[in-house]
Amino acid sequence: MSAHRLFDKVWERHLVASPDGEPPLLYIDLHLIHEVTSTQAFEGLELAGRAVRRPDLTVATMDHDVPTVNPLGPITDPLAAEQIARLRKNCEAHQITLFPLGSADQGVVHVIGPQLGLTQPGMTVVCGDSHTSTHGAFGALAFGIGTTEVEHVLATQTLRQAKPKAMAVTVDGELAPGVSAKDLILGIIARIGTGGGTGTVIEYRGAAIRGLDMAGRMTVCNMSIEAGARAGMIAPDDVTFAYLEGRRYAPKGADWERALDDWRSLATDDGAAFDREVRIDASAITPTVTWGTTPAQSAGIDGAVPDPDSFQTPQERQAARRALEYMGLAPGTAIRDIAVDAVFIGSCTNGRLEDLRAAAGVLRGRKVSPGVRAIAVPGSARVKAQAEAEGLDAVFTAAGFEWRSAGCSMCLGMNGDILAPRERSASTSNRNFEGRQGPGGRTHLVSPAVAAATAVAGRFAAPSDL
Amino acid sequence: MRAVRRVEGRAVVVDRRDIDTDQIIPASWLKRVERTGFGAGLFEAWRADPGFPLNAPGASGARILVAGANFGCGSSREHAVWALQDFGFEAVIAPSFADIFRNNSIGAGLVTAQAGEDAVSALTAALAADPGARVVVDVAERTITVPAAGLSAPFALPDYARWRLLEGLDDIGITLRHADAIASFERRRPSWLPSVRPGEHAMA
Repeated sequence: MSAHRLFDKVWERHLVASPDGEPPLLYIDLHLIHEVTSTQAFEGLELAGRAVRRPDLTVATMDHDVPTVNPLGPITDPLAAEQIARLRKNCEAHQITLFPLGSADQGVVHVIGPQLGLTQPGMTVVCGDSHTSTHGAFGALAFGIGTTEVEHVLATQTLRQAKPKAMAVTVDGELAPGVSAKDLILGIIARIGTGGGTGTVIEYRGAAIRGLDMAGRMTVCNMSIEAGARAGMIAPDDVTFAYLEGRRYAPKGADWERALDDWRSLATDDGAAFDREVRIDASAITPTVTWGTTPAQSAGIDGAVPDPDSFQTPQERQAARRALEYMGLAPGTAIRDIAVDAVFIGSCTNGRLEDLRAAAGVLRGRKVSPGVRAIAVPGSARVKAQAEAEGLDAVFTAAGFEWRSAGCSMCLGMNGDILAPRERSASTSNRNFEGRQGPGGRTHLVSPAVAAATAVAGRFAAPSDL
Repeated sequence: MRAVRRVEGRAVVVDRRDIDTDQIIPASWLKRVERTGFGAGLFEAWRADPGFPLNAPGASGARILVAGANFGCGSSREHAVWALQDFGFEAVIAPSFADIFRNNSIGAGLVTAQAGEDAVSALTAALAADPGARVVVDVAERTITVPAAGLSAPFALPDYARWRLLEGLDDIGITLRHADAIASFERRRPSWLPSVRPGEHAMA
């Protein structure tokens, strides 16, 4: 037997059929759905007279365009209200479990899956959302799909997928104090580029990855898509098992023991080769701030906005020039000299309890800078409740943050939580694309700790600057 | 899905790399519950600039979009494909495509023609010289030609994607031919895997 990688092991155990001339059929263990990318899929299913094959492997929530203020009041946006009503109707018609607004389990789809124990090692997980890569933190093969594929999974519980290549990103050493998983993944994306992972599944390895808690591992895997990767994966270990044990849908009793034996066999075998290998020294990673309009365009907080002429290729120079024009930044500006109008803490990247604790740790006893609008949006209703039980909401509100209800919120601005044109944000989300947080808005991606310190300073800052 | 053998017509060049799906169709359009009507939102922010290529005379009749590397990166929204199609595009030519965008395109019948950087540059130059030039994307042959410019280049498209485009096949229909294999696979799944009782509306 040749040495197998984690990815191969998960891939092979889900092969239903490998017909000649067609991509293999892969079985899907968990299909997460939400209001925005499922509506047209259900319509297609019904037009073809097809049923949902496995409603028991399909779980729905509402997150993308839900209000984060007064979430149980009437939804004032008629289009969002219609989408949410259709999800409810579709779940009822097809007997799919829905965690709607008002449920204690509602939240951002990539926060609730792990939280409920639905995401487990060795599984295949898909969702009509590119950040499905988050679930790879458990050693699952998890990736985003489009609406046509959502319909395919609803009807068949399978997907046709050509097997991607496998890339190893090994992070040696230890992250310095004050450097988070978010800084690490931004550093990784800066090194491999926005298209560097295209056609591949990345396995994150090495001591620095082992040293992350599950929240940090989810942050890293979450942004795999920003490097173009199909998915990100981390081999499950005792940290993973400790997280899962006792969760609602985690195996119990004898099943737990059987599952543990299986999960321990998933790690990449010694000597397995990857199609591409990248090594990164964790000690070289510093608190990171993006300056451009792709997540690869970033600098250390001690750094400055680069000169577009310093890039090697004409394409990179053109992209940097265009990004600086959009962002309203001059080359050479120190990152710490860039003032912000808004701070957003939340999203499937950094909306977990650990993220809120990190931000609250910086905010305790401090005030948001006058003129800065700051919002904290827990990733799920349960994260919100846990944070409130710890008194974190009081820390946020005393500092001058708005304390919201769970949803995707300002990460993509579908629900009306947006920047005004030319407004600048420090955001713990995952995309700084042009207009991502509202037309003309300027987004800088940062960690929760840097977002909190920036809210206090009014310009980019690390907690140690305060 | 309609079969696509050949796309022929005018082409528009948007000479940028890393064009993400938020640019192709902004999130505010994702609240629509239909698959149609997205053309007006295509590149909405960029079209506010009168100099944007899609605003050029004749661009509204274009069938082919030419763009830079890593086209369609970011969000999985298939609405990006629907917006391109609704505007009238039937093929996109670029040096590389993001994975999810390519899968979505093939599923919806939009041709993703992945050509070499040099070929895309030559095509861009030919269209700069003659914006109205007829471009042919031949799915069967996997070639791009600009007859008036004497230009011809191959493009990459996986065999299965080519077959599906040529036949206009319903993917679910093909998969359901394997219904027995799926059922047999389901009987072998480990007992510990999670399942959620249908209709368990947890309103805790």
